[in-house]
Amino acid sequence: MSTFYGVELSSPLMLGTARFPSPAVLQSAVAAAKAGAVTVSLRRESAAERSGQGFWSIVRQLGVRVLPNTAGCRTVKEAVTTAHMAREIFATPWIKLEVIGEEDTLAPDVFGLVEAARVLSSEGFEVFPYTTEDLVVADKLLASGCRVLMPWGAPIGSGRGLNNVFGLRALRAHFPGVPLVIDAGIGVPSHAAQAMELGFDAVLINTAVSQADDPVQMAAAFALAVEAGRLAYRSGPMEPRDMASPSTPVVGTAFRS
Amino acid sequence: MRIIVNGAAREVSAASDLAAALAELGFAEAVVATAVNGEFVPVAARTTLRLAAGDQLEVLAPMQGG
Repeated sequence: MSTFYGVELSSPLMLGTARFPSPAVLQSAVAAAKAGAVTVSLRRESAAERSGQGFWSIVRQLGVRVLPNTAGCRTVKEAVTTAHMAREIFATPWIKLEVIGEEDTLAPDVFGLVEAARVLSSEGFEVFPYTTEDLVVADKLLASGCRVLMPWGAPIGSGRGLNNVFGLRALRAHFPGVPLVIDAGIGVPSHAAQAMELGFDAVLINTAVSQADDPVQMAAAFALAVEAGRLAYRSGPMEPRDMASPSTPVVGTAFRS
Repeated sequence: MRIIVNGAAREVSAASDLAAALAELGFAEAVVATAVNGEFVPVAARTTLRLAAGDQLEVLAPMQGG
C-alpha cells in the first residue's frame, strides 16, 4: 500500500464528491468505490439555505479520509487563504492545491503553484499539488516541500484518459520514491487501470463516476480497475515488441519436415 | 454599518466584532470559515476582530468538490 504523508489509504481510489445526482447516490458510490479518500471543497455559504452544513454532515457519515481542495483559485493569495480556511473546517493538514492558470483547459498555473506550495509547506500543510507531467515543475514542487505529486492525465472533466503516457512514464521513472496520483481526465475504468499499471500510486476520479448513468455501478467498476492495475504493475508486465512471437511451442509442430 | 458579505452588501450593527456579526447574519453555530479583506480569520480571533464599514467578509462552508 502507498502512503501519503505517512498515511496509508485503504484503497488507491480517491473519489471526488461533486456533481452526483443526489446525496444518497454519493454515499452509495463512495461505498461501492471502496474509496480511500474523498475530495471536498469550500464555497460561499448562504445563511438561509445552509447547504454546506447538510453536506458536511453527509461527508462525516462517510467515515472516509477527507482531502480538501482549493478548486477555482487563480492566485497564490486565494489558494493560500482558502487552504487555511479548509484546514480549520476539515481539521486536516492535507490540501489538494489547485492554482488554475487557464480557463479552457483548467491547466495549472505552475509558477503560482510552486510558490503557493512553498508557502503552505512552510506553514505545516501537507500539499497535494495538482500539476502537469512536467519534470522540472515536479522537481521544483518537491524542493518546495511537497512529498506527493498529482499530475493530470488530461484536462479536468474531459474524460480523455492519459494524454501523455510517455511523459507520465518519465515522471514515474524519474521520481520512484514519490507517491504520484493521477488527478484529472480519467473517463473510464481502463484509464484508471492503465495509470495503475504504469506504477502510479493512486487515481482521483470524480466526473467519470458522478456523471455516469449509474454512478454506483461505475464506482464499483473503478474499484475493480484500480485493483487490477495495481496487481498488474506488481506482477511486472511483459515488454511490448514489434514482431509476433508464437506463444505455443514451435518444437514438435506436426506436418513439418 | 454596511459591509460586503460573500459579494453582497449587508447591514450589521456598528462596531461589531466578527463573531457578533456572524450571529447577526444568521451563521450562529454554523460550520464556517471566515476571511476578512482576503485574510483568513481563525475562529479564535473572531471575538477580537472589529469590523469596519466596507469590509469584505467571506463566509465559506464545506461543499462538493473534485
